Amino acid sequence: MPDTTINPANNAEVAQAAPGEEPIIQLSQIDKFYGDYQALTDVSADIAPGEFFSLLGPSGCGKTTLLRTIAGFEDVSAGTVTIAGRDMAGVPANRRPTNMVFQSYAIFPHMTVAENVAFGLVARRMDKAQIAPKVDAALTQVGLGGYGGRASHALSGGQRQRVALARALVLQPQVLLLDEPLSALDKKLREQMQGELRSLQREVGITFILVTHDQEEALTMSDRIAVMFEGRIAQLAAPQVLYRRPVNRQVADFIGVMNFLETTVNPAGNGYELDIAGLGRVEIPAEQAPGGRGDLVGVRPELLTILGDTDDAARVAEGAVAELSYYGDMTYYGVRLDGMAAPVTISMRNAAGMLERRVGDRVRVGWSPESVLLLR
Amino acid sequence: MNWRRSEAAQGLALISPTFFYALLLLAAPLAMVVALSFWTQDYLTLNRTPTLNNYAEAVSEEIYRTLLARSVGLAMIVTAATVIVAFPVAYYISFRVPQARKPVWIFLITIPFWTSYLMRIFLWKVILGYNGVINGSLLELGVIETPLTWILYNQNAVVLTLAHAWVPFAVLPIFVALEKIDRSLLEAAEDLGEPPWRRFLRVTLPLAMPGVVAAVIIVFIPTIGDYVTPRLVGGPNGLMISNMIELQFKKANNAPLGAALAIIAMILVTAVALIFVWLNRKYLRQPS
Amino acid sequence: MRWGTIYTGLILAFLVFLYAPTLLLPVFAFNDSSIVSFPLRGFTWNWFTMLWQTEALHVAARNSFLIALTTAILSTALGILAARAGARYRFPLQRPILGFIMLPMVLPEIIVGVSLLVVIVQLGFELSLWTIVLGHVLICTPFCIAILNSAFQGLDRSLEEAAYDLGESRLRTFWRVTIPLVMPGIISSMLIAFTISLDEFIIAFFLAGTEPTLPVYIWGQLRFPARLPSLMALGTILLVVSLLLLGIAEYFRRRGARRTGQTTSGGLI
Repeated sequence: MPDTTINPANNAEVAQAAPGEEPIIQLSQIDKFYGDYQALTDVSADIAPGEFFSLLGPSGCGKTTLLRTIAGFEDVSAGTVTIAGRDMAGVPANRRPTNMVFQSYAIFPHMTVAENVAFGLVARRMDKAQIAPKVDAALTQVGLGGYGGRASHALSGGQRQRVALARALVLQPQVLLLDEPLSALDKKLREQMQGELRSLQREVGITFILVTHDQEEALTMSDRIAVMFEGRIAQLAAPQVLYRRPVNRQVADFIGVMNFLETTVNPAGNGYELDIAGLGRVEIPAEQAPGGRGDLVGVRPELLTILGDTDDAARVAEGAVAELSYYGDMTYYGVRLDGMAAPVTISMRNAAGMLERRVGDRVRVGWSPESVLLLR
Repeated sequence: MNWRRSEAAQGLALISPTFFYALLLLAAPLAMVVALSFWTQDYLTLNRTPTLNNYAEAVSEEIYRTLLARSVGLAMIVTAATVIVAFPVAYYISFRVPQARKPVWIFLITIPFWTSYLMRIFLWKVILGYNGVINGSLLELGVIETPLTWILYNQNAVVLTLAHAWVPFAVLPIFVALEKIDRSLLEAAEDLGEPPWRRFLRVTLPLAMPGVVAAVIIVFIPTIGDYVTPRLVGGPNGLMISNMIELQFKKANNAPLGAALAIIAMILVTAVALIFVWLNRKYLRQPS
Repeated sequence: MRWGTIYTGLILAFLVFLYAPTLLLPVFAFNDSSIVSFPLRGFTWNWFTMLWQTEALHVAARNSFLIALTTAILSTALGILAARAGARYRFPLQRPILGFIMLPMVLPEIIVGVSLLVVIVQLGFELSLWTIVLGHVLICTPFCIAILNSAFQGLDRSLEEAAYDLGESRLRTFWRVTIPLVMPGIISSMLIAFTISLDEFIIAFFLAGTEPTLPVYIWGQLRFPARLPSLMALGTILLVVSLLLLGIAEYFRRRGARRTGQTTSGGLI
């Protein structure tokens, strides 16, 4: 069973900019209206230099709008965007120290790969002699060395993305903005590019701000993630914190799988005393209620265990297997705990010699008080 | 100066040259024609006292009534003939021609349209004339002994010539409408046990209706306004209102009467177009 | 499949009907007879050489060419502005304004001709080649807009944003990205406007002063039977020119469609 305790000190490092260092981007109380429709509400965040920062949320949550206000394509209705200490009000996109990788990549179809990468340098009126080596270096950096002469409409999806990256990075922006850059790629390529993007970011040391609706992508790549719903930041934290200590059930549900259980709540000492439907009584410290006093219990599927005959656990509940889905390395069980109507999901790593369960089998479910979260 | 700031102002600024051009050379002249239609002209002097005399004359005089009625009647016949011919052609291209060959067929249909307009009409005179292609061939074959005279210089010739001229324009919108029909709808109808002809009446035809309406409007409007065809192949009984408008403006030197006739013709055209659009909306509930 | 065969037969008959007049053009253009009728008399180039020697025709042809060229440039320029505004911006009264600009497409040409004539006469201007250009630009602009619309709408907006984001100014973004990408549309718009203007008769007939355009000249010649065979030759030349221009326009339209990743099926109109 994984360790469920969290040392808050470990996460503090990742969660905030190093003390004393000026944030590269400061978003302060940003509102954005389209007519009567409010796309962003009171959005504030500080982003550190060199950070890999993600905006995560379902479509329509305002993450792309927020990215475009940073890029300069949208005005803010209220609040300020500060980049590198400068208020960006009235500064158009072409004069901001940011560059963007578009969702469609926006590769200019009438230009070669090299001309695409050189576009911004030409805009800065740089000498031809200076441009060529810079373009070559940028293309090599993204793994497209020698592709400069290619016609851009003949590129594959992955190559287009690399060209878009090179085109932005060659300008040495202080912040690179990426709008769902991987959503157009197939699963294999997407996973490969996640790793490459991450190592590219470490290499160039530029702040990356990534917009994505894919929680897995955000978790694997980011230093910190802002989870957004309906134009607001619901939680801004490191991936581990988001997963283990979601502030409310919306975040808990959006990131990973979460079992929700009814409970009664009573304050007890520094924490709460719960009587959880199907699991029973338990006392938890305040730390396990990250959003304050809630009324619903959340348990991750991997923090519940189906016990073997001889196994034991801190707490044990009983039930019957109602359904199961086999994933090869993992099996997801739906176990109906005694006295409960809806089954809870339990994920088990399939190890050698493990007992195979069938639908209808009686099982003992092990859990520990540390695995329980109280959610708002 | 933000990327999207004052989008409305930018859009308006951008479109204004084109808009003012149309305002200056279409709206203003049309307004002028309307004004003119309420004035009178005596040889070269224009009397600017507003009067309905021109309209009264246009409605009461036999010749104008006849020409107006004939123009509308002929335009309707031409439109009906054109659409009836065009529909099966569009249907054939949409449903029987393989996908890859469709652009070629569409191109094939439109080529004759790019023959010089005057030449195309004149050539029908050659085909239908006393010594024309048809009479020549029929004489040669011994089918007739004297050349047929009823095929040229009458309304039939006008209908034939105009229908021929507009058929490509009618095929295209119907074809587009047919292409838009989701083929699985037809398969569903078949699957539900509809025989082919009922499937056609209940699914294909209603869905093709917007294209048919577009074709009707596209054909009807220029037909009313045409004056070359009646002049070349219509004979004395095939003349239409446009010939009279031209006559009033040029030789008869009565521009106000010509203006009144033009306004009446335009009102008729607009009315017919609107009726078709309305029918389409009302009975077929298709956005047009 | 008997019905299928009959159907195909009817469609072929339709094609014969459709092409009959057009096919007669070259037939009589090379027919060695001063009367345009059957039977044919043999092959000749006479009618083409006669065209070569007719001074009035050359004047009319040059007039038409100049008018068509001017019309093509002006109506495409106006079309670019309107199509860009319509495809890229949202502004009040957008639909009525665009609808009004497209109105000449559904207005009988005689109305356009008459109303322009009235204004020009009332304002006391002389009829000239320029007055014809005014009318032709009016009727060609909607066609240009229709063609350019698809070019501008097929343009991925993020391409322009990317250029702007990479540091270009608005104006240079338009120049470096937008114009090259809609160039095929611009070329086909100019060719279509040129072709329409070259062939337009009704408006030209109303607005022509003392200098005729080619169709006005042809109209005048149709009355003289002796001139008919050479008109057939002229018609043949015009047909070839029209088809050439349309072929080029279609080529550019498809190239443009390919570049912006659209399907290439469908015709010009």
